[in-house]
Amino acid sequence: MVDFSQATKDQIKIHISKYPEGKQKSALIPILHVVQKENKGWLSVPVMDKVAEILQIQPIEVYEVASFYTMFNLNPVGAHVLEVCRTGPCMIVGAEKIVDHIKNRLGINDGETTEDGLFTLKTVECLGACGYAPMLQLGDDYREHLTIEKVDQLIEELRGR
Amino acid sequence: MSKKILLEHAHVAGIETLAVYQKMGGYESVSKALKSMSPDAVVEEVKKSGLRGRGGAGFPTGMKWSFLAKPEGVPRYLLCNADESEPGTFKDRYIMEKIPHLLIEGMIISSFALGANTSFIYIRGEYRWVLDILEKAIAEAYAGGLLGKNILGSGYDLDLYVHPGAGAYICGEETALIESLEGKRGNPRMKPPFPAVKGLYQCPTVVNNVESIAATPWIINNGGEAYAQIGIGKSTGTKLISACGNIKKPGVYEIELGLPVKEFLFGEDYCGGMANGKKLKAVIPGGSSVPILPAELFLKTAAGEDRLMSYESLSDGGFATGSMLGSGGFIVYDEDQCIVRNTWNFTRFYHHESCGQCSPCREGTGWMEKVLHKIESGHGESKDIDLLWDIQRRIEGNTICPLGDAAAWPVASAIRHFREEFEWHVKEPKLSQERNYGLLNKTVEALY
Repeated sequence: MVDFSQATKDQIKIHISKYPEGKQKSALIPILHVVQKENKGWLSVPVMDKVAEILQIQPIEVYEVASFYTMFNLNPVGAHVLEVCRTGPCMIVGAEKIVDHIKNRLGINDGETTEDGLFTLKTVECLGACGYAPMLQLGDDYREHLTIEKVDQLIEELRGR
Repeated sequence: MSKKILLEHAHVAGIETLAVYQKMGGYESVSKALKSMSPDAVVEEVKKSGLRGRGGAGFPTGMKWSFLAKPEGVPRYLLCNADESEPGTFKDRYIMEKIPHLLIEGMIISSFALGANTSFIYIRGEYRWVLDILEKAIAEAYAGGLLGKNILGSGYDLDLYVHPGAGAYICGEETALIESLEGKRGNPRMKPPFPAVKGLYQCPTVVNNVESIAATPWIINNGGEAYAQIGIGKSTGTKLISACGNIKKPGVYEIELGLPVKEFLFGEDYCGGMANGKKLKAVIPGGSSVPILPAELFLKTAAGEDRLMSYESLSDGGFATGSMLGSGGFIVYDEDQCIVRNTWNFTRFYHHESCGQCSPCREGTGWMEKVLHKIESGHGESKDIDLLWDIQRRIEGNTICPLGDAAAWPVASAIRHFREEFEWHVKEPKLSQERNYGLLNKTVEALY
């Protein structure tokens, strides 16, 4: 049986309190963000079932939401997920070259994780950083104005963590 | 320099804190509205201002507010749309990151005008650090008596929360946003009923863009008529333009509506002209959904008049020769860029983001993506171009929400204005493939 840490439970309680009584389902997306973080970046079925239990909704109501939104991962991911924007404004200033470089450097394709479990590459659609392109999202942060050198530095920095 | 309303104090050190924000005159509109105006008077000022929705549709904000149903004993909600996902658009993020209190101030007076006692800011999940900035500012506002019970002793109560999305372009559509806020998939609702009658939790709801709400404090402080005097014609006030692509100075600029497009694109105060000494090929002036225009039609209308950054001027000529101001997501393409590749890229985006409810959009976007990929990768046939035209025409207008139109327009405009380039891809598959990163094509001359 899955159980969440006290800190996560506290956060869940705060999220539920923001919505009117009986509308606790509104807290689903905020809660999924919190539990995904605790569960190493992805949502397993037992984790989603636990959320359904807390919110008093059917498990399918959690699955259908988790599978709809791209920020939720339904499979295990690496310790560092490099989410590179590939949409038009990033593409025309070199995003494809950044993606190709990461693929070569890490020896993985889009959506794959390195064997050591350190990195996952995920290409994503527009993240709202078009003027600071090319860019990638790393956890809660954006890395902008990317160059091949900056990507190399970032990978080294993450390996050292 | 153009008049600044939203970003006037954006670069003041510490403006993200309540103390500095208030020192610069922040929250004056709250005490003015709550202490000396009725909610209807606030709505009236916004109506007089001519402010139009800054999310893309350009619908008059005051009029939208006046449609709100007010049944007795039923709560009403104001939702701020901070889902900002239209490719090319990153302006709302700028307001929230730099001057979060401006949005909160706007939320208070707008909620007051609508009689809402609980309001939400729905922010895209990827803007995690922006959410933190907002929550910090909201906590300060609560501590300062600007949120919560009996705001500034006026008797008016308001609770304000930030709610994250989780990566779905469609949640920028107002009924999808409402569904998402209810903890569901972001499937747009059939209209009617409109949100103004049945929105969040089936209660009357208004959904406004960040930039629209952020404009309301100035309007209350200075009056709707003063705001209406800024800008040109029915394009009143200022607009944030987020400029990106092959320009020298990408970024967010506040312009007075009516600024000549030439000045915006080439002026040193704005984009600063083309990067790397390249020539201008095309511009998408209002986010990826609006029609792309070749350089000559972007700079001058078909009638030969200089184009202006305004709702009317950018749409002059309709879709035959014009475009739209949209969200202000200004994407500039230089002579090296491949229109076919760009159109394929956008179609992939819309296919990825289609919620899947309506067949024309769910199937059509994927079909267009495949056909465009076929042409771009050197396997196109000339009948494919007509096929694309046919598919986009059958999507437009045949879906519950505007995502279908948004997916159709970029394809239609690309073929309308750059048909020769599509034909070149078909005729020269090898050359077009070698230039896959987008190199100068032979058939379309860059003009400027």
